[in-house]
Amino acid sequence: MANSLPPGGAADAATRRDFLSLTTTAVAAVGVAAFAWPFIHSMNPAADTLAVASTEVDLAPIAEGMAITVMFRGKPVFVRHRTAEDIRLARETPLSALPDPQRDEDRVQKPEWLIMVGICTHLGCVPLGQRPSDNKGEFGGWFCPCHGSHYDTSGRIRRGPAPRNLEIPPYTFTSDTSIRIG
Amino acid sequence: MVGLHKSEMKNPVVRWIDERLPVFTLMDKEYAKFPVPRNLTYMWSFGGMAMVILMMMIATGVFLAMFYVPHTAHAFDSVERIMRDVNYGWLIRYLHANGASMFFIVVYIHIFRGLYYGSYKYPRELLWMLGVIILLLMMATAFMGYVLPWGQMSFWGATVITNLFSAIPVVGESIVIWLWGGFSVDNPTLTRFFSLHYLLPFAIVGVVFLHIVALHITSSNNPLGVEPKGPQDTIPFHPYMTIKDSFALLLFFIFYFTFVFFFPNYLGHADNYIPADPLVTPPHIVPEWYFLPFYAILRAVPDKLGGVVLMFASILILFAVPWLDRSPVRSMKFRPLARPFFWTFVASCVLLGYCGAMPAEGIWVPLAKVGTAYYFAYFLVILPLLGKLERPLPLPTSISERVLGGGPVPAAAAAKPMEKA
Amino acid sequence: MRALRCLLGALAGAAFAAGLASPALAAKDAPTPPSQNWSFGGVFGTFDRASAQRGLLVYKQVCASCHGLKRVAYRNLAAIGLSDDEIRALAAEIVVVDGPNDDGEMYERPGRPSDRFRSPFPNEKAARAANNGAYPVDLSLITKARMGGADYLYALLTGYRDEPPPGVQPMEGMHWNEYFPGHWIAMARPLYDDVVEYPDGTKATTEQMAWDVTTFLAWASQPYLEQQRQIGVRAILFLLVLAGLTYAVKRRVWADVKH
Repeated sequence: MANSLPPGGAADAATRRDFLSLTTTAVAAVGVAAFAWPFIHSMNPAADTLAVASTEVDLAPIAEGMAITVMFRGKPVFVRHRTAEDIRLARETPLSALPDPQRDEDRVQKPEWLIMVGICTHLGCVPLGQRPSDNKGEFGGWFCPCHGSHYDTSGRIRRGPAPRNLEIPPYTFTSDTSIRIG
Repeated sequence: MVGLHKSEMKNPVVRWIDERLPVFTLMDKEYAKFPVPRNLTYMWSFGGMAMVILMMMIATGVFLAMFYVPHTAHAFDSVERIMRDVNYGWLIRYLHANGASMFFIVVYIHIFRGLYYGSYKYPRELLWMLGVIILLLMMATAFMGYVLPWGQMSFWGATVITNLFSAIPVVGESIVIWLWGGFSVDNPTLTRFFSLHYLLPFAIVGVVFLHIVALHITSSNNPLGVEPKGPQDTIPFHPYMTIKDSFALLLFFIFYFTFVFFFPNYLGHADNYIPADPLVTPPHIVPEWYFLPFYAILRAVPDKLGGVVLMFASILILFAVPWLDRSPVRSMKFRPLARPFFWTFVASCVLLGYCGAMPAEGIWVPLAKVGTAYYFAYFLVILPLLGKLERPLPLPTSISERVLGGGPVPAAAAAKPMEKA
Repeated sequence: MRALRCLLGALAGAAFAAGLASPALAAKDAPTPPSQNWSFGGVFGTFDRASAQRGLLVYKQVCASCHGLKRVAYRNLAAIGLSDDEIRALAAEIVVVDGPNDDGEMYERPGRPSDRFRSPFPNEKAARAANNGAYPVDLSLITKARMGGADYLYALLTGYRDEPPPGVQPMEGMHWNEYFPGHWIAMARPLYDDVVEYPDGTKATTEQMAWDVTTFLAWASQPYLEQQRQIGVRAILFLLVLAGLTYAVKRRVWADVKH
């Protein structure tokens, strides 16, 4: 629908034609852009996809020192019931030892419950460390087998190529023993 | 000869590319300088419209395919999910569903224009035949597309149309089972229709390309049907036709969008919002409106095989039109005797369409027979005879003579400001 | 200008010819339902929120015992003016089977806004078995899936007669309806005055309830209708402006060419 017209034919009309055709071309361009938006936006999450973006987790069955993995928006979320030792280790680590400094207190709502998205911030692998038999890395937290990132008991990156700490999803405690993620 | 193409492009980047891949020269030659008869009317804008709507169909279709699930258990639900949950999904689907109807409206007008102005005659026979192939591909694509939402009309339309092939003697039954991939229209049928519905539009694009190549060899016919005799008879495609076609296209889009936004289901059937049920046939099965004339021809013949043969023949006969019409004069403007027969032909097509929508009973059966008889008589009897019997009106010696009201005039005179069109 | 008329004429003619198909199909065995003045009719119509909310109540208390509405989710009700809390409360009334949990078992939980309306029967066979072989259809698309749409639905709901017209033999287990194709319908008259009590004080006559539930179901059939028309008006206005500009350019380009 582009209507860019070179001036031709009658020279006296050229200026006005230019202005007119420029305006028309501009309006047409706006129209094409507006028309493209619904198509682009259709590829964003649909209404039903957005609506199911919350997950409820019952914490009662998770014994101290154990962890479970739940699905949230198609991603694994790690829920770990931390021991006093885990918490102590996490809180005694000086911020200066961290590539992405963040206090453990800022990463949890209740110290014994650590809830975070189980996706390595390097290239998206799922780190090991959920099962007791897993390699937990050198800092007692998680270890990403893809490129060797080590996370501590607060899920903070300590060594390896990952740039950031494991992400904390939005969640709320709906009771003492249950949370809603999302 | 090895070497660079001699480009006349000014811009150095454009020129660099053009010397190696002369797309700019090609576009300039075929879409800017390309000479077309100066007397083309808006009836010549429908080809361009058809091309734009084809692009629209492909674009909307590609997006729909991102959300559609080709499985009998999910097809209907996935379409409703598109309508309700996908962002602007309703818009994309309505554009696609109504786009099919628009495509046929535009192409039918394009075809009738060709018939009226004799655009199929020497030297444009192949151009015309490529057009008929496009029509056939469009019909196959539209039919398979209509099956995909898996509503009642989808299912029963697919059942009825695929059963047409059972009329073929001996191998008919095997062919139908082969088409279905089973013993009724079911999941294998749906998945293959989806695959082919996605494929065929690109085949259409290919044939459209050939259609345009052929058009650019012979150039456009025109309302007078007299070939341009020199530059005084033509104008460059750009800016004259580009701007004129753009305007026509915008009017067409207003028409199209009126349906999409305010009457999106006017051209469809309520029954197709009922999920397919192999146990219940809807009381009135009718194809989409663009198939109705052919459907009427099918039902006009009491014999199963005869009906199917005649229906396919009604489209295939278009291939032979360049040789059935023996008149040396192209445009009906100069064929006073042919003109009423032409308009009767148009009326017979409309009548057939109406008969196709009505139940096959009462007055509609004989009317459909009359319509069918005239449809074939027009091509097989009237056009050949008219070529022999008719005395056409005297033709103008050139386009410019007719347009400018005098003999051939120099190009300079033609460029002088004249009264407004 | 003649050529232009020609173009518009051709398009209009084709649309007319195409449209012939639809009205030609109207069922001949039932009268055409009278046309009603719906809040959502016309180019600028919007769903009457209060009416749709009352219609939801009618659906819940009357229709829902047999008819599903499986394509509508509770979250969608925000569009007819329900608050988040109202939606949560409504959703929590249903029990949803979810799972499997970590023990591999399905479990029940209260509904959430993201859940869809629960159908009263698990499948069509169960529905038929419970209704003497008749199938109470899902109502999610009812106004789109019937010729005549909302007008037909309203006419049907208010079209019950206690007795068939004189000369027509009564049919066992069937009910006479003015507007149902074939007149004999398996569904008994669902609406009687005051079967529902409206919290807003509106008098629950049969006509009022039929009107409200039709408004609600028309919304449920095409919840995008308001957005569709709003965008439509803008798109067409825009195209008119662009067409006007293009026509002006076209006039200037062609000013020096006689054709």
